Amino acid sequence: MMFFLEIVISGLTTGVMYSLVAIGFVLIFKASGVFNFAQGVLALFAALTLVGLMEKFGLPAWLAIIGTIAVMIALAWAIEYFVLRHLVNQEHIILFMSTLGLAYVLEGAGDILWGSDVKVLDIGLPQGASDWLLDSYGLYVEKLEIVAAVVATALVVVLAVFFQRTRIGRALRAVADDHQAALSIGISLRTIWIIVWSVSGIVALVAGIMWGSKSGVQFSLSLIALKALPVLILGGFTSIPGAIIGGLIIGVGEKLAEVYLGSMVGGAIENWFAYMLALAFLMFRPQGLFGEKIIERV
Amino acid sequence: MLYREAGQFKTSYQADQAIFPILQDRWFVVTFLLAALAVVPLLINDYFANAVFLPFLIYALAAIGLNILTGYCGQLSLGTGAFMAVGAYASYKMMTAFPDLSIIVVFVLSGVITAAVGMLFGLPSLRIKGFYLAVATLAAQFFIIWLFYKVPWFFNYNATGQISAPPREVFGILVTGPRAEPAATYIFTLVFVAVFAYFAKNLVRGRAGRSWMAIRDMDIAAELIGIRPLTTKLLAFGISSFYVGMAGALMFAVWLGAAESGETFGIDQSFLVLFMIIIGGLGSILGSFLGAAFMVLMPILLKQSMVDGLGLAAVTAKHIEIILMGCLIIFFLIVEPHGFARLWQIAKEKLRLWPFPH
Repeated sequence: MMFFLEIVISGLTTGVMYSLVAIGFVLIFKASGVFNFAQGVLALFAALTLVGLMEKFGLPAWLAIIGTIAVMIALAWAIEYFVLRHLVNQEHIILFMSTLGLAYVLEGAGDILWGSDVKVLDIGLPQGASDWLLDSYGLYVEKLEIVAAVVATALVVVLAVFFQRTRIGRALRAVADDHQAALSIGISLRTIWIIVWSVSGIVALVAGIMWGSKSGVQFSLSLIALKALPVLILGGFTSIPGAIIGGLIIGVGEKLAEVYLGSMVGGAIENWFAYMLALAFLMFRPQGLFGEKIIERV
Repeated sequence: MLYREAGQFKTSYQADQAIFPILQDRWFVVTFLLAALAVVPLLINDYFANAVFLPFLIYALAAIGLNILTGYCGQLSLGTGAFMAVGAYASYKMMTAFPDLSIIVVFVLSGVITAAVGMLFGLPSLRIKGFYLAVATLAAQFFIIWLFYKVPWFFNYNATGQISAPPREVFGILVTGPRAEPAATYIFTLVFVAVFAYFAKNLVRGRAGRSWMAIRDMDIAAELIGIRPLTTKLLAFGISSFYVGMAGALMFAVWLGAAESGETFGIDQSFLVLFMIIIGGLGSILGSFLGAAFMVLMPILLKQSMVDGLGLAAVTAKHIEIILMGCLIIFFLIVEPHGFARLWQIAKEKLRLWPFPH
């Protein structure tokens, strides 16, 4: 029983990590209808920049984080100015391909600027197992994963407040609902896009810090974006709570399947199990768990 | 002036519906094919065959396959790499199990097997649409690659987990294996690709292609006018996978000679072929060729000019190449979202009057 619980907890915490990446996807998809494939590379780029600022310039962690946030905002501006602005009104698949191109650019740029070796990211987050849980309940839980869960919760709360209570947040929701109507009441699409890409850049930074502290900053970080995709289709492309719950389901499902089913078929089923799980869900709800209902008219 | 169809009157339905209705197009295609068949084999060497011509032809075949599914039928797929793997492993199993079977039959049968697998993974497309479907096809990508890596039966229980192509002949000339002549492999692939490209071109002009396009443009409306979504979509998945599977088999047996599921047919392949059809032109057979040519030649040219021309270190050049490739993709999407096929169309319009203004 204890073993089962440990697997579930480890699945939940991995799921939180997936959710962090998935939230970035959802933000951009909601506000601009762009399926941003570069989200994983954004996380990698943010983490690389953070490590680079700390190592090469010897900045303290907090200053480096502020610096990285500034870089991510500048990046959002550049993406809007050089790419998105010219692709308004294009088909979704074209926008999707442009983010693939963007992923290539960021990947190459990150490597050239900061080098392609594996880096250690240490901004003073606690490491190792939680003593308290280990002593009193005999459960092995990484401290870092608890921090990740807390950070993710905080992030969701902050995002929710930002979206529901602030003026910019309302404008963002208006754009998400209807571009045309938002434009007609005087909301600037370009500003909104810069803000959305900045916010998802910052979310990417958070995800990058968490993954980087866990397993080092390296290229494979950008591949977690692929893991965030089943999370997205499970939760629905347009729902932040969906991203969280989808992440948790995928995380737990994947871990349980690896432990209990994986041994039967030779292991390493983590790579595709999430997709199959999401596919099975989609058969019953084609728009994901929390996605907007797809209404089709002729 | 150069491209003027004035005076070419069509007096029969047959002439009106010919595959290349304009005389200049016919001449162009015939000269091009003759040059490709007669001149190129004389000049070809190992490097050009393996770095330029074979990848171009094989990727063009794969791009035609994906274009049928994505460009004509509107079903976005990211599982191309996996379907190529199915074709490659199917051809490997058949080549080793039936050594006397003609290699042409082997390749076509690999396509048929891949078509069956593709139709299986195409079933969700009836419920799922758009990007949801794209992600669902990733399930095929990862599952199939994992299967070929985990189940030793597929690579005949050898220790390395690799598959390598045994030497096989067509009309007494070796076309697979390390000892095959570059000219022979080139001509074999060229004929194969040309025949099936012709077949595809006719397919998309006919009933099947028209119903695919109707489904792409608006599936509900298409259903209302009597096109069955089930059969149409599954047919698109089947034909598309048939082409992709043959491309995978050719890639493994004729071009590379050896393959490993994860290394050769990873998700990068899926994206590469997707790039080809988007840059070449969605919904265009010609575009598939142009896109394949661009994506095969561009990295070579970039690498040549940077490593040899500017004397950069290979690692830095690799990174700059990645950045430039990303930039070029974005640039082309901004300048011409309909791809090279559209550019060619515009050029033809211009050539009709050139050099006169009116």
